[in-house]
Amino acid sequence: MNWDVALILTVGGLATGSVYLLAGLGLVLIFSVTRVVFVPFGDIAAFAALSLAAFETGTTPPTIGLVLTLASLAVVAELWQLMRRRELARMPRVLMVWGLLPALPCLAAWWVTGRNLPAIAGIVASILLVVPIAPLIARIALRPIADASVLVLLIASLALHFLLSGLGLLFFGPEGSRTHPLVAGATTLPGGFPVSMQVLLMIASAIVLSGLFYLLFERTLHGKALRATAINRVGARLVGIRPARTAALAYGGGSLLAGLIGVLIAPVTTIYYDSGFIIGLKAFVAAIIGGLASYPLTALGALAVGLVESFASFWSGALKDVFVFGTLIPVLLLRSLLASRIEEEEEEIDE
Amino acid sequence: MLISRLIRYAAAAAGAAALAAGALAADLKVGLSVSLSGPNSSLGIPYAKGMQTALAYKPEINGRKVQLIVLDDSSDPTTAGRNARKLIQEDKVDVLIGTSGVPSAMAMAQVAKEGATPMIGVTPFAPVDNPWVVAVAQPTQLMVDAVVERMKRNGIKTVGYIGFSDAWGDLVYDALTKTAPTAGISVVANERYARNDQAVTGQVLKIIALHPDAVMTGGAGTPGALPFLALAELGYKGGIYGQHGLINPDFIRVAGAAGNGALMSTGPVIVAEQLPANYPTRKIALEFREAFLKVNHAPSTDAFSAYSFDAWLVFADAAARALSATKAEPGTPAFRLALRDAIHTTKEVVGTHGVFNFKPGAVYGVDERARVIVKLENGQWKLAP
Repeated sequence: MNWDVALILTVGGLATGSVYLLAGLGLVLIFSVTRVVFVPFGDIAAFAALSLAAFETGTTPPTIGLVLTLASLAVVAELWQLMRRRELARMPRVLMVWGLLPALPCLAAWWVTGRNLPAIAGIVASILLVVPIAPLIARIALRPIADASVLVLLIASLALHFLLSGLGLLFFGPEGSRTHPLVAGATTLPGGFPVSMQVLLMIASAIVLSGLFYLLFERTLHGKALRATAINRVGARLVGIRPARTAALAYGGGSLLAGLIGVLIAPVTTIYYDSGFIIGLKAFVAAIIGGLASYPLTALGALAVGLVESFASFWSGALKDVFVFGTLIPVLLLRSLLASRIEEEEEEIDE
Repeated sequence: MLISRLIRYAAAAAGAAALAAGALAADLKVGLSVSLSGPNSSLGIPYAKGMQTALAYKPEINGRKVQLIVLDDSSDPTTAGRNARKLIQEDKVDVLIGTSGVPSAMAMAQVAKEGATPMIGVTPFAPVDNPWVVAVAQPTQLMVDAVVERMKRNGIKTVGYIGFSDAWGDLVYDALTKTAPTAGISVVANERYARNDQAVTGQVLKIIALHPDAVMTGGAGTPGALPFLALAELGYKGGIYGQHGLINPDFIRVAGAAGNGALMSTGPVIVAEQLPANYPTRKIALEFREAFLKVNHAPSTDAFSAYSFDAWLVFADAAARALSATKAEPGTPAFRLALRDAIHTTKEVVGTHGVFNFKPGAVYGVDERARVIVKLENGQWKLAP
């Protein structure tokens, strides 16, 4: 291995690492607020990528059908709850929030389809189209069991992943797709080394988005409410923060991140209906490095996972994933050595 | 009262007539089990369309009608085996045809052997010690040999290999390492990647660092496009070779310009209109295209529909000979045995993919006439003789 090869591998590793970074932030966001390890995260990213591919070929993305189906299920669930509580007066509000709101991006996507609009219209439409997915499936399947143990929530979210990836096969078919690059061309780094603009865009968006994340959590009231819920659910409720609303916000934020990931990676890699799972799994490794709580550690972990994967694929392509998931073992050993027993007991009481 | 009795008599008479007609000339029955759903459906649906084309192209054999029964195995080997059992035991088919995916085809072959029913496979698979099975697809070795011959002609001395980290990647690699040394070509790299990997930059860099004259890829379908894209991005200048697993319109869609100039082996049906006028399979391949367009209202763009069409031609030829050779009626064990023996004595039956000659003890029945080398030029396959 010489310096050129190392440099190419480093840039490639940082590019995939930045995708894992965004996915890791989404996972930590959702987990810290709701205690759900959100496995279907990657599927949503794949749906965004495949929707964009559908826009590019001028066909209506089947995601519209998925979102509308989920929205109607959520409306039914909400209405059922209202009926049981005899609060039917709140019906218009429910229809508005769970029915009309998710339908808006569908309408936009339907309008964009087949028109010769600039590429950005399709990109925005695909991101917006997947934003309602996580809040909706969480409303249907996860909110009724929101107080269950972490393990039950994990199993439920795993089941949701299989459901979504099965629907993905049904809607998008078995063949993969690739989209046009968001930015064309390449630039030359000092030293005469070419880097494609798309890769730079991926790294830049990861930096910008994590900066925005930081500002959101430090400076806004909603961000502070999310943090408060993450730190202590009961305490947050006592000061007037509604856990259901913060959870919906966290799922929405996660979904938005997934959509961004989808359109960022679609031009550099072929996306299949089931590509999302492995992305989510590697982001999960990063999130574990961050203890499923710390954003900066997750970000560092994600970049490390990207670099390990890139160099491992050079040394042994077939064993690449073994290296990536193998890094979990020392991390977990270290974490369990450092974690005190009292902390665990506290968690038990909390549940 | 009277009317109901009349109806009963009429029904009885009709039944007797049907029975008599059945005894006179039973229909031939073909059982097709393919993957109409699930991950293999991108192959299974063309298989079924090719079969419908064949039924329309040749609906009668020696004056007897042929019934086609189609079942979906949903890309699952267990279901494929169950379908085969159902077709043999309940529908009493004379021949089984199927399916996409080697494990599923193997499951069907096992049931065919137990049920003593001939099976024509449309996938390159090789069940051992199964006298009831033949396959119309080309064996992997035959196709890879063609690529190696072309490499030798182009003066290639070293080749790097990159393929799937699964059975298909192994099959192509084994075929390559078997014949490459005899052609004076050394295989310098063996890199693998998983079908749903995001990037192969590392593997491709390693190959480029070894400076091979050419790269051979062992992928299939859209995931097979990944090495082509990485090689183009990293500025590899040598030749890129592929095999018939990549001949697929979706591959062209994903690979785009990166696939330009790649050489691959395939059945001649893909480039039927470019074949020389005296090529043995040209006429039937063009007839197949025409029939396909008429039946499915869309042109055929893949190799798979042609395989099931060929399976039908092999069956039709063997059934015609079996009917004149034996008095046994279709639907009986004696006829199935006669049909199997007739399939095993198939001589020079011209199909769309090749000319078939089956022998007892051999699964495959095609020769060098069943392969051509094509070049991908601006999204079109061009014959490269």
